[in-house]
Amino acid sequence: MIKAINIHKSFDGTEVLKGITFDFRKSKTNLIIGRSGAGKTVLLKTLVGLVTPDEGEVWYDDINFYKLSLKETRKLRKKVGMLFQGNALFDSMTIEENVRFPLDMFTDMSFEEKEKQVNYCLNRVELEGVNDKYPSEISGGMQKRVGIARAIVMNPEYLFCDEPNSGLDPKTALIIDELIQNITKENNMTTIINTHDMNSVMEIGENILLLDNGKVAWTGSKEEIMHTNNKYIENFIFASPFLKKLKNQALDNFK
Amino acid sequence: MILRQFYHLGRYSLWLLKVFSRPEKARMYYNEVLRQIEEIGFGSLKIVFIISVFIGAVTAIQLSYQFGGTLIPSYYIGYTLREMIIVDLAPTITSLVLAGKIGSSIAAEIGGMRQKEIIDAMEIMGLNTPAFLVLPKIIGAVFSVPLLIILAAGLSIFSGFATATALAGFTPADFIKGLTSFYDSYTVWVMIIKAFFFSFIIVTVSAYHGYFVKRGSIELGKAGTDAIVYSSILILIADYVIAQVMMG
Repeated sequence: MIKAINIHKSFDGTEVLKGITFDFRKSKTNLIIGRSGAGKTVLLKTLVGLVTPDEGEVWYDDINFYKLSLKETRKLRKKVGMLFQGNALFDSMTIEENVRFPLDMFTDMSFEEKEKQVNYCLNRVELEGVNDKYPSEISGGMQKRVGIARAIVMNPEYLFCDEPNSGLDPKTALIIDELIQNITKENNMTTIINTHDMNSVMEIGENILLLDNGKVAWTGSKEEIMHTNNKYIENFIFASPFLKKLKNQALDNFK
Repeated sequence: MILRQFYHLGRYSLWLLKVFSRPEKARMYYNEVLRQIEEIGFGSLKIVFIISVFIGAVTAIQLSYQFGGTLIPSYYIGYTLREMIIVDLAPTITSLVLAGKIGSSIAAEIGGMRQKEIIDAMEIMGLNTPAFLVLPKIIGAVFSVPLLIILAAGLSIFSGFATATALAGFTPADFIKGLTSFYDSYTVWVMIIKAFFFSFIIVTVSAYHGYFVKRGSIELGKAGTDAIVYSSILILIADYVIAQVMMG
């Protein structure tokens, strides 16, 4: 579990996060959602330590993250995997070298063991026959999968995903969502996803944090979204008349 | 303005401490050092060859003009040219040109990695990114640049010899007599020490500007420009300091 307690963060006098407190649960897909500029990415980067909060605490189970020394932080980070919005793959390395990189850097595994682990992860994200290709030679959806494979290659306990569906078609986005959810369950990870893809919210949103202007606007699950009377949620999730109609039809069927 | 320079100096110093902290896995650094030696050393051979030829030729022509009609013995051209090239022209001009070639490339490479979140990805993995990205470049440059500068000095002197004898009316015997007169190996050490410092400046200043680049292509371009400008200024300041300390 990861706990955010009273997180505040300002940039150049503008307060972006205004006292966020939330529990991100283990073995669940935890979603951070909100409009553009609501503070989603800053919160995600604060949780993972890429942005230091002005105030507040982040706990990884029983470890207070911002009280750790640099050495301890680097040790903890070996339990963390992250999928970046732009994938952050190394252009000069092949797909196999990209996925193997954390193993090369931080383990004493033999080459054969590393090969086995890399191939397992690539198979897990349903990528085969691309080991020797470079990131520029594969599609955006495939690059996302490589990013996931690299994020899970060290068997992390915590997985962070920044906009995993950005730039993907709806079908591929759905596949990526399912993949992240399945991996989360199988590996018993704490997964935190920053998204504004409403399909993702309704498909995999087990524990949702809605941000508005740097504050917690709502928390709950995808089931609760369907039944909430919160006007802000209504307007945000079911923004178009088409989605509103779909929601009403779904509720009628439910009744 | 001055406060800002102090801010950069402080941040640069703290960042250098991380650059020189213990590597995670030496083998991974070794491969990267070899790549940097190839890129910085072999990759700069052509430009070093071109500038060296012209440094020598221009120096020879200017010296022959200065010596013309004076009572200075003609063999002094070899001696003066040798001293000018070894002590100052070869290390300084070569380093200034390399600051443009290597410096902008390092700033763009590391800056691009920062903007594409690759550095963030490495940080998340628990990697000491300043060390991993910059230390192999420093080692590669500190190994290659002095060799390039020694090569530049040799080529410049040869070019000066060819120009002075073929175009400026000096005899080969005079030139060689001057070249071998009053030789003190200390000046070669001054050149090598300058080369070490200049290569360190080029890599660390350029990498610093790339490492802390902000978002956007304009910022990336600015980082490249700043890398060249600040490296060049610091090379000239270091040139003065080394000259003062070793020869003053």
